[in-house]
Amino acid sequence: MTSQTSRAWLLSAPALVLFAVLLLTPLAMTFVLSFNSFDFYGGIGNDLSLANYAEVLGDSYFYEIFWRTFLIALITTVICAAIGVPQAYILYRMSPFWRSITVLIVIGPLLISVVVRTLGWAILLGNKGVINTALTNIGLIERPIRMMYTSGGIVLALVHVMVPFMVLAVWAALQRQDPATEAAAESLGARPRTIFFRIVLPQAIPGVLSGSLIVFSLSASAFATPAILGGRRVKVVSTTVYDEFLNTLNWPLGAAIAMLLLVAVLAVMLSWNRLVERRYGEVFE
Amino acid sequence: MAFLELHGLTKRFGDFAAVDDLTFTVERGSFVSLLGPSGCGKTTTLQMVAGFETPTEGKIILDGKDLSGIPARERGLGIVFQTYALFTHMTVEENVGFGLEMRKVSRAERKRRVADALDLVHLSHLGNRYPRQMSGGQRQRVALARALVIEPQLLLLDEPLSNLDAKLREEMQLELRRIQREANVTTLMVTHDQSEALALSDSIVVIDHGRLRQDATPFDVYETPQSSFVSRFLGKSNNFSARLESAGPDGSKLVCGSLDLQGPRVDLAPGPVEIALRPERITLVGADAGQLRGTVAERVFMGNQWLLRIETEIGDMLVMRYNTGRAEAEQGATVGLSWKPEDIRILPAEETSA
Ligand SMILES: Nc1ncnc2c1ncn2[C@@H]1O[C@H](COP(=O)(O)OP(=O)(O)OP(=O)(O)O)[C@@H](O)[C@H]1O
Ligand SMILES: [Mg+2]
Repeated sequence: MTSQTSRAWLLSAPALVLFAVLLLTPLAMTFVLSFNSFDFYGGIGNDLSLANYAEVLGDSYFYEIFWRTFLIALITTVICAAIGVPQAYILYRMSPFWRSITVLIVIGPLLISVVVRTLGWAILLGNKGVINTALTNIGLIERPIRMMYTSGGIVLALVHVMVPFMVLAVWAALQRQDPATEAAAESLGARPRTIFFRIVLPQAIPGVLSGSLIVFSLSASAFATPAILGGRRVKVVSTTVYDEFLNTLNWPLGAAIAMLLLVAVLAVMLSWNRLVERRYGEVFE
Repeated sequence: MAFLELHGLTKRFGDFAAVDDLTFTVERGSFVSLLGPSGCGKTTTLQMVAGFETPTEGKIILDGKDLSGIPARERGLGIVFQTYALFTHMTVEENVGFGLEMRKVSRAERKRRVADALDLVHLSHLGNRYPRQMSGGQRQRVALARALVIEPQLLLLDEPLSNLDAKLREEMQLELRRIQREANVTTLMVTHDQSEALALSDSIVVIDHGRLRQDATPFDVYETPQSSFVSRFLGKSNNFSARLESAGPDGSKLVCGSLDLQGPRVDLAPGPVEIALRPERITLVGADAGQLRGTVAERVFMGNQWLLRIETEIGDMLVMRYNTGRAEAEQGATVGLSWKPEDIRILPAEETSA
């Protein structure tokens, strides 16, 4: 028993070392940094205080950024669920041949860099972009609709990036369910619609919940998409951190914002998980 | 007219006939088993009756009504799936009540009927549990209650006991029969387990490669198998090829290897045949008595009985003896084998299957 435990530790050691060096160390350094003071002329001071946190928490400007970030993440998650669940169900019902092709199409975008995909959206959404030009040319609009540098544009592109994660999570949940349950419901007199809403969907809920968790946390901390489509005008938390580090050079303040984002996302994830466990713990494994 | 009739039912997947010209009937209130080896088309047959598969040819008539074209949800059959297919996100009561809800049965009546159904399967105390919190045997009962609560004309069971361990399976066999009798529902069960079929059924339909091999009561299927396949599939059997020399009203004469044998009267023409002899019909006698002499090659003690493999000049013979409290012949001992001529079954020589 104990030898097994120690062997388990030994075997996970390389991964643990990697984890410690590449994740925990920078995280710890950022954490410490967030308590340091900063002066425009003197640079980073070595003293420790809560001043940075006080500055962020006391400024409505930052509240607005956090609020916007989480709203974008939430709306992205909801839209991803609305698109991903039917898509996963269609995938689940496909014949194996078409399914393998469709899976490739679904996860294909993940093989292309987020930056490239987002730049694609920039080309489409710009004031002189493809969509606006087309709409103007066919005479539907006179002045271009503003889509670049809006939260809506960011949500649109984020949904495009995140949907595959939702589809895969829901599809996995659908595959875990016994296909005979649908036949059972049918034999008991249920119509296809009822079968979907009363039998299939509820059993896929764990997948929707875990997919939402992934999509939400990735969206809340996304950088490339809001940086390209939001620019300076529509700031989210991660782009604010970037600006503090690289433009203002106020590293401690940037570190404090980053820590707050981490804590906030972590809090949302944990409470979400708790909720799911409490609600579904006795129903699903 | 029988309650359920299958006429020339055939299902082809491409060129392959999974079910081939199957015809049999099920009487109202009876318990019929479809028995056959894995892949012989049992599930496919059941799926066609249930309405999940469309027959390629033939028809199914239930209570005088042709079922073709009627979708599964309108057939009103109770089905217990091999995996039980319980709705994991619903409690036991919700599972059982689902069929009634679909039938728009009022809430009060639904409650009463669900309680009755759970009572029938002895699960009244677990109505609020989720399937995941139950044992295999309990889940099995929930599936049964869910199928029975809609008062189906016909209950279909697909290997209902195959997911249970041996001891539970025996208990559930008795339970299943009790529940079926109490609910008085015509039942068609699929199984590949011959002992289950023998124990539960009023009548057994043996199929192989999608074809009907025999349709009779358990006793008749076991006692008078009509083919080598049936004799070997149900219970243990010693089968040898032989020649039928003559068949008269008082019995028949057979030659098996160098052995001359007496057999019961039979309706076959003289020629090559197969003879079958059940292990439990053979008695061990002194080495020089009996019809055949052999050496005990193996001896297995099984508690209530002994199983012996005896090497003889016509081939290996399995012999089963009840444990009467004294040791049977030792390994290596020479023994005589004796049986009554009427215990021999004479079967048509197995056609060399294509
Ligand atoms: N959809 C299908 N397409 C092609 N062949 C099929 C299909 N369904 C079943 N078969 C074939 O038909 C035959 C009968 O299948 P079936 O499921 O009825 O067997 P079974 O008697 O229930 O076997 P088991 O005891 O293993 O459940 C098998 O050989 C199977 O491979
Ligand atoms: Mg089967």
